[in-house]
Amino acid sequence: MAPIPIPVKPAERPQEGSAALTPVKMAARNLNFYYGKFHAVKNVSIEIRERVVTAFIGPSGCGKSTLLRVFNRMYDLYPRQRAEGEVILDGENILTVKSIRALRSKVGMVFQKPTPFPMSIHENIAFGVRLYENLSRSAMDDRVQQSLTRAGLWEEVKDKLNQSGLGLSGGQQQRLCIARALAVNPEVLLMDEPCSALDPVSTAKIEELLFELKGACTILIVTHNMQQAARASDYTAFMLQGALIEYSETSKLFTTPSDSRTEAYITGRFG
Amino acid sequence: MERHFEHDLEELKQRLLWMGSLAERAVHQSVQSLLEADEAVAETVLTEEDAINEMQIEIDERVQRLLALQAPMAVDLRFLLAVSRINGDLERIGDQAVNIAQSAMRVMRHPQVKPYVDLPRMTELAEGMVRDSLNALVRGDQELAQSVMQRDDQVDRLRDQLFRELLTYMMENSAVVFAAFELVLVAKNLERIGDHATNIAEDVIYFVAGRDVRHPALDRR
Repeated sequence: MAPIPIPVKPAERPQEGSAALTPVKMAARNLNFYYGKFHAVKNVSIEIRERVVTAFIGPSGCGKSTLLRVFNRMYDLYPRQRAEGEVILDGENILTVKSIRALRSKVGMVFQKPTPFPMSIHENIAFGVRLYENLSRSAMDDRVQQSLTRAGLWEEVKDKLNQSGLGLSGGQQQRLCIARALAVNPEVLLMDEPCSALDPVSTAKIEELLFELKGACTILIVTHNMQQAARASDYTAFMLQGALIEYSETSKLFTTPSDSRTEAYITGRFG
Repeated sequence: MERHFEHDLEELKQRLLWMGSLAERAVHQSVQSLLEADEAVAETVLTEEDAINEMQIEIDERVQRLLALQAPMAVDLRFLLAVSRINGDLERIGDQAVNIAQSAMRVMRHPQVKPYVDLPRMTELAEGMVRDSLNALVRGDQELAQSVMQRDDQVDRLRDQLFRELLTYMMENSAVVFAAFELVLVAKNLERIGDHATNIAEDVIYFVAGRDVRHPALDRR
């Protein structure tokens, strides 16, 4: 009988989650947050890894969006809202830094509803960049193109950059907002339910976009859609009534959660 | 738009095919060790089984992760369920090969009972079934899968033929009972390998067409 040679093992990409741990980019330590007397975030400590997608899930009112808003001090805009504890970004406590503007250029944010400015597509992006940088016209054009390309929108809008951003579809508007956030080269991107107002195709595009973007920045995403957290994130944090219940690799949290409350939530038994 | 998920599915398929090649090689080598009374080759089969077992666990983990994280639908769901079952069949084929290699090591200590004619034919058939069932998976080829299922009868017939023949040898000469009995076991192992290939072919049809053809006698209404 002629021998059969040993077959060659197929190559593989590194498995998500199994890659070596990336360094910690951002961390909350004993973080508490209050809306007036309401204690919305309770003693949360968490370390967010660099250049991965971390998802926050939990029932409505569990504090996940609040936590995200603390991460770039969005609450500063509102009276009677206060945070206690520390949020460390690159070794610095952002709750006490003076320059909010520098913080916001490092930590971009995308909201649930697409919020394009009532101006042209080009200007939607250039507007934010001008706050931080003084670019020549051609450098600005390059930046606009680069941001729209990264957000996967360039091909769809390159011939109508001077038209209003409000004329785009919901999914396009949301990608415009992502492009706007990316234009100032943030190190961290906070996304608060970025797909909840979008149809499944637009949602899939944004999820694919997350895979592209995470090589360059650290992404935190709050989502109501558990399947989205499962599909698109590397790490998942489950919150309940202001507390962080479980935080682990997404593949672990969705297959063998260690807390019975996490298991009950992700299997739809409450929440 | 190319989905990330599709890369995961492709990678899973490639690993299943690799496991299939390992299983096929194990079957081939186990019978070779018997026909050529080559103990070193039999040892190789035992050593290489580890890789098949490791792959079984890895594939199961991948399937579990994709089911949990991607909530697959329709053809993707059928593919993952089929892969999960095929994974088990391939591992069992590896086990059967190990059984044959162990029988070979015992048979080697005795004089040859009879010229080996039907065993190589049976092996060729069973190996071909395994190979084609996996080819059918790669190409999504229902006809090829059907042909694998039809070939199972030939393997069964060869087994029956070998049983009868070996039985007469044993009745004539009790000195050959030990070796002949081992050969009966080998024929049984090869027949089981054909059954596993048939299972794989049935899973391919399930994956491609969404039809469950496992038990045609059952009236599904």
